[in-house]
Amino acid sequence: MSKKMGNQTIRFANPPIIVSAAAIVGKKEGEGPLADFFDKVVDDPNWGEDSWEKAESKFVRETMALAINKASIKTKDIDYVFSGDLLNQCCGSTFGIKDFKIPFFGLFGACSTMGESMSLGAMAVDGGFATNVLCGAGSHFCSAEKQFRFPLGMGTQRPPSATWTVTGNGAVVIGNQGTGAKITHITTGKIMDMGIKDAGNMGAAMAPAACQVIAAHFQDTGRHPDYYDVIATGDLGYIGRTILRKLLKDEGYILNENLTDCGIEIFDRDKQDTHSGGSGCGCAAATFCGYYNTLINYGKIKKLLLVPTGALMSTTSSQQGESIPAIAHAVAIEME
Amino acid sequence: MDYIKAFIVGGIICLIGQILVDKTKLTSGRILVIFVSLGCILGGLGLYKNIVDFGGAGATVPLTGFGYVLSEGVKEEVDKIGFLGIFTGGLKASAGGISVAVFFAFLSALLFNPKSKG
Amino acid sequence: MEENNKSKQEYSKMVDMVSPNSSLVMNCIKAFVVGGLICVAGEAMNKSFSNYNFTKDEVSLLVNVVLIGATALLTGLGLFSKLGKFSGAGTFVPITGFANSMVSPAIEFKKEGWVFGMAAKMFTVAGPVIVYGLVTSMVVGFIYFVAEKVM
Repeated sequence: MSKKMGNQTIRFANPPIIVSAAAIVGKKEGEGPLADFFDKVVDDPNWGEDSWEKAESKFVRETMALAINKASIKTKDIDYVFSGDLLNQCCGSTFGIKDFKIPFFGLFGACSTMGESMSLGAMAVDGGFATNVLCGAGSHFCSAEKQFRFPLGMGTQRPPSATWTVTGNGAVVIGNQGTGAKITHITTGKIMDMGIKDAGNMGAAMAPAACQVIAAHFQDTGRHPDYYDVIATGDLGYIGRTILRKLLKDEGYILNENLTDCGIEIFDRDKQDTHSGGSGCGCAAATFCGYYNTLINYGKIKKLLLVPTGALMSTTSSQQGESIPAIAHAVAIEME
Repeated sequence: MDYIKAFIVGGIICLIGQILVDKTKLTSGRILVIFVSLGCILGGLGLYKNIVDFGGAGATVPLTGFGYVLSEGVKEEVDKIGFLGIFTGGLKASAGGISVAVFFAFLSALLFNPKSKG
Repeated sequence: MEENNKSKQEYSKMVDMVSPNSSLVMNCIKAFVVGGLICVAGEAMNKSFSNYNFTKDEVSLLVNVVLIGATALLTGLGLFSKLGKFSGAGTFVPITGFANSMVSPAIEFKKEGWVFGMAAKMFTVAGPVIVYGLVTSMVVGFIYFVAEKVM
């Protein structure tokens, strides 16, 4: 029987298991509403290193080591690593894991990377190509600002539609044995570009991609929005979520309380001045690994559709006047 | 009275900048470029001098004042040395300001390390 | 959802409706007051330096030294970005903004080295300002030259 369903979805024959998950975040995230769910909060943005970029790699290294440790396996038991981040050439990940000496696939899906890495990892396990894989993604507020926007010391104002890049990393060990939630389906996103150019309003740029992949997931699987306890997009923020609701309504799907966004959950926008919400690879990664995976394991929720969202522009494409293409990947995670 | 004039003139110039930020989505860097060129053009037309006479530091401290210095400098050099003054006047007049900024930027890089925020 | 021009236009309209605007009035008041106050400080220095034997040019250079020096200190201590977040154009339109645009990348990019990190990045914003300022001054100078010397 083919594992492919419809146009974009895969149904796994032997749903891979999320054996362990680890999340390490920065100070601001550690002061947010999800503080208690993270494995570790690091107050120093440099984490003892001498640059933010090196600190970002340390987040990758430490989170992945912790995920391996929590799975009660050894590094050599991991067959592949799938990881990515926002830095040029994925340096956050590569420098983070270079000493692990595990076969590595470097990914770039911008802030959707956690969805991409979990999708590919689950495919590798279900396909019988691996027993255990390590999937992760992360970002660092300071290095992201430095690369994409302005130096942090510059006195500029952020528009109300702007989001705040999460400093943090999330990693999961996905295996074919053990206990934990199962990845039952994945729906891989297509690139959507609705002509938004405003890099200060990423939620608007990414909402169409989230809408496309969520609608495709329902179509391919025959499921309805209320099948899931929670449908969590990656980093659309408040504005993006409002837009996504409207777009999905136009497609004939009404989503209410069960539609949320990791960027909305991770910060308290009134107290933390984060405007539209959190963003970055680390947003969906740390929120899932810290918060949602815990809720699933404690039986608070049973069925989650995680939809990390990513904006695929670069500083060069923006300067050349291109609009912002976006992508989203849906991962269905269920506990029996 | 001079203080009130400086406050009002300087305030209005900044207010125009703020409207540009919020209404046009121009980045602050682009607005600085526009302001310096605008100050230079108004200086060249002889209009900015009136604003400086009225507003004092209110007109010279904003970046339009930097543009005004460039235009005054270039006119002065053209008067003094003729055609080649077109090339030397602007930079001569602004040399002090630019060098001071380079000095302090260099010094800060020696003294301080980058800081996070939030 | 189709990626054609019509739906892109409709989408853009919908996004504009949903996205909140900056609180323009409040931002303008803050920019006006802070920008005005910086200019008042400049005026006060103008007056007090003029009491000594400085020429007009020397006075305005000294005012710049103080304003740029203060900006450098505040930027280095991480305070300027907080002030700038509050006052917006009130701090970046005065010479303080020009100084901040040089000091902040100089500090941040020294990790990439002292030559192509610190020294090069110092001019990310200041470079364009100087280039366009100078080009405009050359145009002004040329027109002035033609008007005064040729005609």
